[in-house]
This record gives sequence, C-alpha cells and structure tokens, in this order.
Amino acid sequence: MKTSKSIYLFFLPGLILYSLFFLYPTISALFYSFTDWDGLSAAFQFVGIDNYTRAFTGDSIFRKAIGNNLKFMLTVVVFQTLVALAFALIVIKNTKTNVFLRALYFFPTILSSVSVAFIWAFIYDPSMGILNQVLSLVGLDFLAQNWLGDANIAIYSLAVTQVWFHAGQMLIIFVAGLQAIPEELYEVAKIEGASKWQTFRAVTWPLLAPSATIVVAYTTIQSFKAFDLVFAMTGGGPNNSTEIIATYIYQVAFGSYQFGYASSISVIFMVIIALITYLQFKALRSDRVSY
Amino acid sequence: MLFRKFSLLVYALLILIPIVVVLLTSVKTLQETFSNPLGLPEGGFKFDNYISIFQEQTMAGYFINSTIVTLFSVSLTLLFAAMIAFGITRMNNWSGNVLFGVFTLGMMVPAQVIMVPLYSLMLELGLTNSLLGLILVNISSTLPIAVFILTGFMKTLPRELFEASTIDGAGNWKMFTKVAVPLSLPSLSATAIFLFVMHWNDLLYPLLFITDNAYKTLPLALLEFQGQYSTNYPMLFTGVIIASAPMVIAYVFLQRYFVAGITAGAIKG
Repeated sequence: MKTSKSIYLFFLPGLILYSLFFLYPTISALFYSFTDWDGLSAAFQFVGIDNYTRAFTGDSIFRKAIGNNLKFMLTVVVFQTLVALAFALIVIKNTKTNVFLRALYFFPTILSSVSVAFIWAFIYDPSMGILNQVLSLVGLDFLAQNWLGDANIAIYSLAVTQVWFHAGQMLIIFVAGLQAIPEELYEVAKIEGASKWQTFRAVTWPLLAPSATIVVAYTTIQSFKAFDLVFAMTGGGPNNSTEIIATYIYQVAFGSYQFGYASSISVIFMVIIALITYLQFKALRSDRVSY
Repeated sequence: MLFRKFSLLVYALLILIPIVVVLLTSVKTLQETFSNPLGLPEGGFKFDNYISIFQEQTMAGYFINSTIVTLFSVSLTLLFAAMIAFGITRMNNWSGNVLFGVFTLGMMVPAQVIMVPLYSLMLELGLTNSLLGLILVNISSTLPIAVFILTGFMKTLPRELFEASTIDGAGNWKMFTKVAVPLSLPSLSATAIFLFVMHWNDLLYPLLFITDNAYKTLPLALLEFQGQYSTNYPMLFTGVIIASAPMVIAYVFLQRYFVAGITAGAIKG
C-alpha cells in the first residue's frame, strides 16, 4: 500500500517538542557529566571522568543514597506486590461489594504526592499522630516511634506510605490478569482433585506471570521516581537517611550548584534503571507460559 | 472466610480513616487538633480555615494556573500522540518501528534524570516562570507513554478501513480525523484520564521552573504551605481538600474510566 509523503508531517509537532525537551537534555546530561559546570556561569572546563571517580570513590552520601534507594525499592516491591496480589485474589469476582472495594483501594492513586505526604506526615507525627495514638489506645505504647525523625526507620516509613499510595493500582492490574485466566482450567484442576495451593501453583501463578512482570517492573520504576514523596515528607533527612538518588541529584544541582557533578549522577542513575529493568524482564519472561 | 472479610475491612479502614481525618481536621481549630487529633470538633464544624486560606493565599490563581496547564497539556499531548500513533500505523514496518522505538525510549527515563540540563535549557529559552513552559515540558514528558498506548490500540484497527478511504481519495489528514480518531475514542479517553491525573498532580516541573507566585500550580503551592503553616494541619488539610477536589469529584462520577485509564498507563508503562 502506498503512503504519501505527507505522513511525515504527523510526526512534526511531537518530534520537535520531544527532541528539544527530552532527547537534547538527555544527551547534554552526558556531555555536562564530563565538566565542572556550576550551572550559572558561561565558562566550564572538561574534567574527564573526575565526576564519575568522585561518585564511586569519594562520595559517601551518594553511596548512602543508592543504598536507601535499594532499601526503599525492595521494601515497596515485596510488600506492594504481596498486598496487591493477596487482595486481588479476594476481590476478583465482579460483585457489587468487590467493585466498590476495588474503587476504594484504588482511591489514593488519584491524589497528588504532596497531599499524600501531608496526610502521612500527620499519621506519623510523634506527638499528635494517628499511628502513635492508635498504638497507645490498644496498649502498645512501647511501639510508638518518631516515624520520620528516627534515622533508622524513616526510609521504611516512607516505603509504607508509597505502598498505601499505589498498592490499589497494582491490585487492579492483578484483577485484570486473574480475570483473563480461563475458568475451564480451574474446573479441570477441581476434577483432578488439586488442592487450593496446587491450583494456585499450577494454574494461577504461571498464567499470572505477565501481570506480575508488569507490576514488579512498574513498582520498581515508580520507587526510583519517588522524588515527590520523599522531598515533601523528609527532604532526604534526618541526616541523609532518606536521601534517594533523585533527591540527591536535586540537592547537588540546586542546593550546591554543581551541575556537572549532578549530571554524572544522573547518568549513573539512568544506567542503574536500565539495568534493573532489563534484568527483571529477563527473569520474569522465562516464567511465562501460554495457553 | 472470616479472615478474608476481616482483611478486606482492615484495608478499607486504612484508606477511609485518613480520608475522614483529613475532612474532620479541616473543620477544626488548631487547638482542637492538638488536644484531640482524632475526635470530632467540639463546637461543631467551623469553616474558618477555608475562609482564611482564600484570604491568605492566592488560591484562585493557583487553581486557574493548574487548570490552564492541565487542560492544554492533556489535549495537546493527546493530539500530538494520536498523530504520531497514526503515522506509525500507516508507515511501513521498518521506519515505523524505529520511530516507535525513539518515542517510547522516553518511558524508561524518569524526569528526574534530565532535570539538570532541562533546567538550563528552560532558562536559556526564557521559559521559566511561564505556564507555556510548563505545558511544553509536560507534553514532551508524557508523549512517550501516550504514543505507546495509542499505537498499541491503532494497530488493532482493521487495515481495510484505511484502504477503503484511500480508494475514496481521502488524504492522510482526513483519514486521521474521519477514521482513526473516531475509532480510537475508547483508548483516547483512557489515555486522557491518565494524563489528567499525571498533569494535575505534577510537582517536579513547577518546582524546577516556577518561583513567581503568579505562575504556581496547586501541588507546588501546597508544598510551600508546609513552610508557612508548619504543623498547622487544619490549614494544610484544607489546602489538600481544595487541591484534590476536582480529581476526587471526577473520580466519584467516572470511576470506571479512571481505573481503566490509569491501569492502561501502568500496563503499557
């Protein structure tokens, strides 16, 4: 079939914006990562791989930020996926109650990160916060914490907030995946006398792998992008204990005007994300079956 | 069975209790919140916080800015992405695939990665402290995912429909507006809702590019209330309610479409 040349015009407006505001900055991040640019003056010098050497050997906060990002990511990926899957299995049928519950669980997804940050700052507040109040109501005072102020637990408190924020969305993806599994397979399993666990292992899980891939990959990326939430709740503190790569880039660039160095961290960040995404797709793809 | 019901209830309460607390706190005084954070306001509901937030802040201005930025960002992203998706569908496989790859590359790169060079670029172009600037970056940042969702959908449309209109002598633009767009309405509306939520709630770009109060959007203004009101939760939550109201109202009425839209975004993203 012949397509006329005018088809290229359809790409024009999008391509111009995309090249200018996405492709160009991405490439110039790479360029600036080899300079000592401060972001303000017109002059800068090439410093070779100095920025990268500094990031890997001389910067303990950067290493801490990577560690925090991994802690945050692993906690969120594990808990969010388990919560979403467990609840999706319960609310899978389209009854009135289930449809209502799904909509309710999904609700936090439509809020802005800033709103969620304020709500959870109040929940975690050490003096009037809901969490400590509830703990003392049920006689568990000794569990009360300064949830965001204690450097040992703050990153996990943030992870819990992130799970509350997005588990409902993942639940919906699982429900869609579960509903796509043909009913006959369950009937066969029943006839063959399979136990509930055997049915889950042999039917549900393998056929759920595509949705699980999506959920895990999406949750991972989302947890790397949790900039807004961390920025609004702790700003990376106390004592850099909740600094993640994204908030650290912001800090280095706009707090101490080291644009060159911030660019090199951005490039490393990009590589880490590409690597994790690739590994996950590889690992989860091998699990797939078709029917 | 009982355990299942109990779990469902606990999860429901984990969502409902914060919502109720936010609503109640916004009609309490600061004193009442300190002395009794979870209880009902003692002297009945007071709407003073709503009045003072409108007196102390240019709430109407933030609201208008958010509305302008969101409406233009959503409709232009949708238009440009639909054009690209149509172009990819109509082109031969090789070049279509390359263009598809180029556009969807953007889904893998979080906005935070390019914030430093993007900031310098916006300064150079004089697009900081400008709603137009926000709209342009918004479009380019959500274009990849919109192209991804819409191309996936348009590829499923029967080719015969396009071929039939070619025979009728319809040009590409006519084919786009008369055939592709009307047939893609379900996926266009799902994408639109996804984009609405993204753009209405976006914090990063306003945080980077806007310092002048006259151009601030709701999420940025809200974030800065924290600096002014500190732990004055009645005021903060009043702000939260005003900023979230349009999304929440839309969600109550269009719930099914929201779920479909945001899930489409997640599945393809």
